[in-house]
Amino acid sequence: MTQALATFNNHAIVAATVVYALALLAHAAEWAAARQLPVDNTVGERELLRVGAAAGAGSSVADDAGADGPGEVLERSDRFGRTGLALTVLGALIAAVGVVCRGLAAARVPWGSMYEFAITGSLAVAVAYLFLVRRYAVRWLGLLVTGFLVTVLGIAVLVLYRPVTPLVPALHSYWLVIHVSAAAIAGGAFTVGALVSVLYLARIRLEAKAAAAPKAPRTGFLWRAPSAAAIDRIAYRVHAFAFPLWTFAVLCGAIWAQYAWGRFWGWDPKEVWAFITWVVYAAYLHARATAGWQGRAAAYVALLGYATFLFNFVGINLFGSGLHSYSGM
Amino acid sequence: MRQLSETHLDAEAEAEAATTARPSTGPPLASALRPAEFARWTWRQLTSMRTALILLFMLALAAIPGSLIPQTAVDPSAVFAFRNRHPSLAPVLDRLGLFAVYTSVIFSAIYLLLMLSLVGCIVPRLRVYWRSAHARPPNAPRNLSRLSAYRRWETAEPTPVVVERAAALLRQQRRRTELYPAADGVVVSAEKGYLREAGNLLFHLALLVVLVGVAVTHLYGFKGSASVITGDGFSNTLIQYDDFSPGARFQPSNLAPFSFTVKNFHVDWQRTGPGRGTPIKFDAQLSVTDRPGATPYDYDLQVNSPLVVDGTSVFLVGHGYAPDVTVRDGAGNVAYSGPVIFLPQDGSFVSFGVIKVPDSVPTQLGFEGYFFPTGALGPHSQPYSAFPGADNPVLSLIGYRGNLGLDAGAPQSVFVLNKARLHQITGAGGRPRPLLLRPGQTRALGNGGGSIRFNGYSQWVRLQISRSPAKVVPLTGVLLAIGGLLGSLFIRPRRTWVRVRGEGGRTVVEVAGLDRVSGGDPASHVADLASKLRPPEHRPLEPVLQEAQQ
Repeated sequence: MTQALATFNNHAIVAATVVYALALLAHAAEWAAARQLPVDNTVGERELLRVGAAAGAGSSVADDAGADGPGEVLERSDRFGRTGLALTVLGALIAAVGVVCRGLAAARVPWGSMYEFAITGSLAVAVAYLFLVRRYAVRWLGLLVTGFLVTVLGIAVLVLYRPVTPLVPALHSYWLVIHVSAAAIAGGAFTVGALVSVLYLARIRLEAKAAAAPKAPRTGFLWRAPSAAAIDRIAYRVHAFAFPLWTFAVLCGAIWAQYAWGRFWGWDPKEVWAFITWVVYAAYLHARATAGWQGRAAAYVALLGYATFLFNFVGINLFGSGLHSYSGM
Repeated sequence: MRQLSETHLDAEAEAEAATTARPSTGPPLASALRPAEFARWTWRQLTSMRTALILLFMLALAAIPGSLIPQTAVDPSAVFAFRNRHPSLAPVLDRLGLFAVYTSVIFSAIYLLLMLSLVGCIVPRLRVYWRSAHARPPNAPRNLSRLSAYRRWETAEPTPVVVERAAALLRQQRRRTELYPAADGVVVSAEKGYLREAGNLLFHLALLVVLVGVAVTHLYGFKGSASVITGDGFSNTLIQYDDFSPGARFQPSNLAPFSFTVKNFHVDWQRTGPGRGTPIKFDAQLSVTDRPGATPYDYDLQVNSPLVVDGTSVFLVGHGYAPDVTVRDGAGNVAYSGPVIFLPQDGSFVSFGVIKVPDSVPTQLGFEGYFFPTGALGPHSQPYSAFPGADNPVLSLIGYRGNLGLDAGAPQSVFVLNKARLHQITGAGGRPRPLLLRPGQTRALGNGGGSIRFNGYSQWVRLQISRSPAKVVPLTGVLLAIGGLLGSLFIRPRRTWVRVRGEGGRTVVEVAGLDRVSGGDPASHVADLASKLRPPEHRPLEPVLQEAQQ
């Protein structure tokens, strides 16, 4: 039974990777289909709404959007986008089944090795993204998110995979569930926040270029994303959600460390980097409120914070010593 | 979609708050400043948001080396090994304080400056907040219809009735309300969300609580460790510790007078499958005496389940093997007998150890070598351990004769054999002669006499014993900080105005709302309020109701 579940988990994770890859292709097609179409061409109210303030500038109507009219082009792009979203939902469902099976196969929470962290963490990213799609219509993030998911699951399957093993005694605690789930959800949000910040940086570059050459046609999918200011607001919301949760995850880690190791804080490499991540994201929240640090600089701080988070997950797990060596690598 | 069309950005609102709270400073002309002005300028610099940001980055940066270089306070043996590996680099790192990053002057200076900056920022804001917390909600702007969340209708109800209903409704929603006279009518002004700034302040103050709490637990607490062989006892006095690091204010006389015996220790190993050789469960059975003369009781000590006696906690943090040997000297007398702690080298529990026999005659004897819990031979006949459990224990030693150097006065590690005045016991032709022993076997030491017998093995446990008084203080601090953080991030200050005025025998009601930070939905709040304000019996009968543009 255990073996069957473990095998099923493997198949499910591979299948989820493939579905995410298809979603990635669909989103790529979504971007490509509307690539030639200038934003000013979009007369639909929905599009105007979506483009928001950025679209207010121009009024010229381009008439050479290929063989199809702009309406058909947009429709096609939108269809690809919806397909991508549907595939992402499907991929996340399959991945969730895979993660659950892994947990059942091991008869514990599936957070005992790097492979298990990776599949759980990527699921958290997918869920965070889908939640944001519902809440803030961030489908324009699809290409980056699915790209990230395919990469992580691909690495998980090809490099990180380890068969099911029992938990080492240090992990026998209900704090594992609280501590790791909080860290995973915060991590998923940090990931989405970082991707939003990347898109934000691309978008302000685009807007700066457009400001320098106001007559140039505004083509490219990025123009169909919301304005830089709106993207920035979403980035802030995601980070504002993740930061308290990360604080909570670190706190749970400290309480658990008090029970398991006799001290709540011992500057173990993992703890050091959790602290660094916390400090950098705290700096991000402050940067947003500091004159001269808003916008681009704050986005770079957010990406720096994500880099420290990633280093903690990858670098410390693989190369670090310390008490948190559960990677199974 | 709606969120994207908001005009009020978090960043703007917060930047505004920040610039009022944290003064911006221009470059001063140092020569023109008197000391008082200079002090004032320095204080302004220190408490500016930009300085706080830079200090945060410096704090993150300064924490990094401690994760890459072993730390004395975290893992002394790793520092010891590092010093041996890098004899020329170690003194440099020592001078830079990089083996004790988190107690170094640089690191301490950064976080103390950060805390000072925080206090300097918070105190004026506390004053501002205290005033604003008592402020009345402001009067309505003249053109309510310019606000994005706006509704307007006319009704036959008299003005005072609508005003009273509006005020009651807003108060019911726990908004602070205020009435202002307006032309031909009244404005009901309401405000909510004062707790956002309170949360922000609470968060920052709570960080101070955390810092103070951590300092107190360190000052008055201690941390130590001891390795105890099964069958042996431990009593909580200084000399029984292998290492002991007390806080500056800790008195050794405060050590709780408990003692215990490690009766037994057991490890469950995963014996099959891919995880073969990983531990599943550690279990140490203790017999504990809380204070001299008390009745002993049994305690099952496991990882994640410490023993707590009088606020002192005992944690199971490690284990290993202790081969039991009997050494006879040249005269045939037992010069040493008993278990010796060997240190595990890796997950297979190959363990290294040293046996010193200073009491043997005519020369002292010393041994060093490895214990293999499940001894096996590799393809090139090199011994290794096939499993961490002791399925086939094998002891492989190299013997030495001569002077152990214990009389030199310098303290010696029990895990290092000083070979300066020792020579190796060799076999025929002067070849090295490893002594390979199974339980019960005896090997003669050849020329010069003596023998060693491998009686079997015991296990030992490494216990961490610590006391962290007042640890509830930092815990409370972090909980308050999280609470404050949630408030400061998610509470949205909102102002609501209801203007009621008579116009040509009818009553005109206008409702408008304004969020001071983004993320909320003032429009739906206004719509909700409007629907509650209109008398229900009138609603379906009012075709002339006009709703203003959004």
